[in-house]
Amino acid sequence: MASSVTARASGGKPPQALLLLRRCDAAFHSALQQRFHVLDFFASGEPLPAFLAAAPEPPRAAVVMGGGVVRVDTAFLDAVPSLRCVVGTGAGVDHIDLDECARRGVAVANSGRVFSADAADHAVGALIAVLRRLSAAERFVRRGLWPLQGDYNLGSKLGGKRVGIIGLGNIGSLIAKRLEAFGCVINYNSRRPKESVSYNYFPNVHDLASESDVLVVACALNKETRHIVNKDVLAALGKDGIVVNIGRGANIDEAELVKALKEGTIAGAALDVFENEPKVPAELLSMDNVILSPHIAVFTSESRSDLRDHTIANLEAFFSGKPLLTPVFPNKVSHIAGKSNQ
Amino acid sequence: MALGEPPSLIIICPGASFAAALRQRFHVLDFFSSGQSPEAFLAAAAAAVPGPPRAAVVWAGGPFRVDAAFLDAVPSLRCVISTAAGVDHIDLHECARRGVVVANSGNVYSTDVADHAVGMLVDVLRRVSAAERFVRHGLWPVQGGYPLGSKLGGKRVGIIGLGNIGSLIAKRLQAFGCVIYYNSRTSKDSVSYKYFPNVLDLASESDVLIVACTLNKETRHIVNKQVLEALGKDGVVINVGRGANVDEVDLVHALQEGKIAGAGLDVFQNEPKVPAQLLAMDNVVLTPHVAAQTSESRSDLCDHTIRNLEAFFAGKPLLTPVLP
Repeated sequence: MASSVTARASGGKPPQALLLLRRCDAAFHSALQQRFHVLDFFASGEPLPAFLAAAPEPPRAAVVMGGGVVRVDTAFLDAVPSLRCVVGTGAGVDHIDLDECARRGVAVANSGRVFSADAADHAVGALIAVLRRLSAAERFVRRGLWPLQGDYNLGSKLGGKRVGIIGLGNIGSLIAKRLEAFGCVINYNSRRPKESVSYNYFPNVHDLASESDVLVVACALNKETRHIVNKDVLAALGKDGIVVNIGRGANIDEAELVKALKEGTIAGAALDVFENEPKVPAELLSMDNVILSPHIAVFTSESRSDLRDHTIANLEAFFSGKPLLTPVFPNKVSHIAGKSNQ
Repeated sequence: MALGEPPSLIIICPGASFAAALRQRFHVLDFFSSGQSPEAFLAAAAAAVPGPPRAAVVWAGGPFRVDAAFLDAVPSLRCVISTAAGVDHIDLHECARRGVVVANSGNVYSTDVADHAVGMLVDVLRRVSAAERFVRHGLWPVQGGYPLGSKLGGKRVGIIGLGNIGSLIAKRLQAFGCVIYYNSRTSKDSVSYKYFPNVLDLASESDVLIVACTLNKETRHIVNKQVLEALGKDGVVINVGRGANVDEVDLVHALQEGKIAGAGLDVFQNEPKVPAQLLAMDNVVLTPHVAAQTSESRSDLCDHTIRNLEAFFAGKPLLTPVLP
């Protein structure tokens, strides 16, 4: 519930009430409590509706985590009608109904570029690990097989590989820049072609897959991008193809992906996200040609600290009547270029 | 030797496809399919008809050392080609004294080794392989959150040896936002990275040390206890050179005592033996000397070796000569 630490807001005004709907480390908690009157859901132990109903003063802002714990939808917004601002602490805002927020004049912010470099670094590291069999070679050594079995299997070179990036936003662009340094050729699909880049644009993901050796999912999850990598796309990618997913599990048809890996329809995958986290399809656990990680693409101590600063900056902007630093608006244009959904 | 007959050469290199490719152009005396002892094989080669071999392709990882005894055993040799960038199995001075030219694999493996070094660094900093173990052991549903890794951007990376491989590592890590420092025998005017005249100073100013130099008298144990202490408790060591570039005992102690934060090692002092203490650590990445091993580079090596041999037999300069 409300913190016992006295909050000191700027300008001598009483601290503003802030709904906190995410687990935080001590440093983040402390930083928020120093500036706001924090109404801490996870500390309350109450079910969400009771907690929202019992808020002692109507909060105008909320900090919300993704991952299925809290959905900012009609019911939620009805329960806290005082909310004028929702700050997500991830790049993804698929747990927030952007249209509903826009309809009610509730401003939404995300984490902007705080995590972009880390996500890109993880995607590239995981791709190298698949192509060069890094983790599999590690297992070989740790099991004591090197003296027994001699040389390990050959991996595959990065240079010259055609990498198809689905979603050339902040993260996708940073992935492209890194992989160019390895000599990869960059292809991409995005809602619209980007004039500022010289990479090859493909208007749909099937064609992108046909012309690529690697597919990297770095797009948001929304209606258009659910299962954007499906059976057809995997077949087009082909038997030497690799899929890397640092978007959302639901960007890929997981059942089809598992099948494609089992049948050799594609060569390998690096997956940081899954359709039902923390459940990972059992078939993947015994495969040597996949790299599996527990949704850590953005997990560095540096970006945690950056996230804290960024979240507070967005909240302070809102409470002082200034524009959010990293506002998010509803999609007006369909992901598939040439098709409008309004 | 009659005109039009393919020249003879010795090959001491495992891998049937390599031998097969060379057989299409040369008369090949292949140690690994001879079934002979090294001494018997060399003696037989020296006595080979129609002509003894003038060139030898010698694997860097095997039992043969191209030294005075080897060259005495096959006095017809005028050219020795290593299958690696490394030539520490070849006595360069002895070859030079006898007018025997030496070539290595040039840049054939450089990008693959650079890619592997970078992959290992990301793996150590971002815990890629450790996270893999966590998931595969079924711990994600049980233990929830995973420990935080460390960002690459802004890390100061000290490269020991700014040759082909070191330069490619530098270029890749710059794309991640790392700051590049280096130590080399001499500073390189063509690069803007900061040069350190000795490895101790390099380590003091770096967050990461990457060993990408050759192994010789000067570079044996170039990373030792003092260097590891200078690198410090958040430091990471990556070795894609030779095991003996690093004092392995000091390294294991430093890791056990938390004097450095982690390591990525593709090479070891007594391969294939890996110090048992490392096998239990989550903050190290261990690979079995595979930094150069891709199917593409295997095929490139073959082409490159053939080109060096054809140059030699045509009386032209080697493509990638190595001098003492």
